Amino acid sequence: MRSGLIAQKLGMTRVFADDGGQVPVTVLKVDNCQVVAQKTEERDGYNAVQLGVGSAKPNRVTKAMRGHFAKANVEPKARLAEFRVDADALVDVGAQISVAHFVPGQHVDVSGTSKGKGFAGAMKRHNFGGLRASHGVSISHRSHGSTGQCQDPGKVFKGKKMAGHMGDARVTTQNLKVVANDEERGLVLLSGSVPGPKTGWVLISDAVKKAMPEDLPFPAAVVATEEPAVEEPEAEEEVVEEVAAEEAATEAAADDNQAEADAAADDENKDA
Amino acid sequence: MVQETEQSWKSGASLESDGQNGRCNVKERTMNIIDEINQEQIDKLTDGKTIPEFAAGDTIKVNVRVVEGTRERIQAFEGVCIARKNDGLDSSFTLRKISYGEGVERVFPLYSPRLDSIEVVRRGRVRRSKLYYLRGRRGKSARIAEKQDFNRKAKGAQATPAAVEAPAEAASEE
Repeated sequence: MRSGLIAQKLGMTRVFADDGGQVPVTVLKVDNCQVVAQKTEERDGYNAVQLGVGSAKPNRVTKAMRGHFAKANVEPKARLAEFRVDADALVDVGAQISVAHFVPGQHVDVSGTSKGKGFAGAMKRHNFGGLRASHGVSISHRSHGSTGQCQDPGKVFKGKKMAGHMGDARVTTQNLKVVANDEERGLVLLSGSVPGPKTGWVLISDAVKKAMPEDLPFPAAVVATEEPAVEEPEAEEEVVEEVAAEEAATEAAADDNQAEADAAADDENKDA
Repeated sequence: MVQETEQSWKSGASLESDGQNGRCNVKERTMNIIDEINQEQIDKLTDGKTIPEFAAGDTIKVNVRVVEGTRERIQAFEGVCIARKNDGLDSSFTLRKISYGEGVERVFPLYSPRLDSIEVVRRGRVRRSKLYYLRGRRGKSARIAEKQDFNRKAKGAQATPAAVEAPAEAASEE
């Protein structure tokens, strides 16, 4: 089992095939998708890669997460997700995976969070037929009708389809065909629709129910970059700082605090 | 796309973002990418092809590639353009003709690779963009006057006499 990719839904359009056929496609953008962490059988009890995508403002990321990103030596990511993989399909931390990971013609499954519909009636939520428009029906034209039997069960069975919250749930669309990918812009074009609104995050993975083509990049289509090596020393420093902060009471820090407190006091005095 | 910023994000001291790194403006960017994709397709599909200027009311002849079994041939469809949809890659036009006394309408995607060529046979003078009123009409009342454009060289000017007769013939058939 290979890793998948995290992508952002950009919207839909159409693609004209050479024979004149038209394919409705969803355009998904994979923006700088990197491996942020690995989960291994020995340490975590399962094998997985944690991917991050997009970019988050560093000052909007919690200190704990900043440490997590620094450990992997990657920039803060807007969205993280784990993909279960086989032991031999683990990808190195920091590696960037490109959209070449998915080959045109193969099938994928896409998971996302569907658009929320709020509190919806049984007709909209479960495709019930409703009641008749006339013949004595009053007020309850869109109701669900009977919810059970009589005194014998004396209750409504669990799982009875009724009105309630609809949408805003995790939905997986299976077996979408990859129409094209654009490595330059980091785009994947899938035939058909995917769950969620535009700009919503979705997870793309190899289709569970379709045989995969032979020539898939394994374990992943990794982009070669030299950048991480340059930034390495800085990252280590950060980790050290983190540790120091955790321990909470080195003298220097205490002194600094003292100095800051003094300065603050001075300021207050001046204001007064 | 997203700019690689040489930002000392790890040091924790300078946390000011440059404003371009965040997810602001995502919607604007997304629209641009879809538009880019569509424009690229239009460029590719119109490469080596000319799509004439035409509007509702014009009589258009479209040569359509038809695949029959294994061999491909070209079939013409001539009719009055009763509607045009101008929407980038999604642009299309509707042709209407009377075939054996029966009204036939066909919608063609403007940029479809199945369209071999488009010719303007006759330019019609109409006062609205969608000529759906023609659907309820037959014969004489369904005629469209020819556009008299003295300032411009009308491309299909030579073909007009025959074309003027065509609706009249259709009327006589009934």
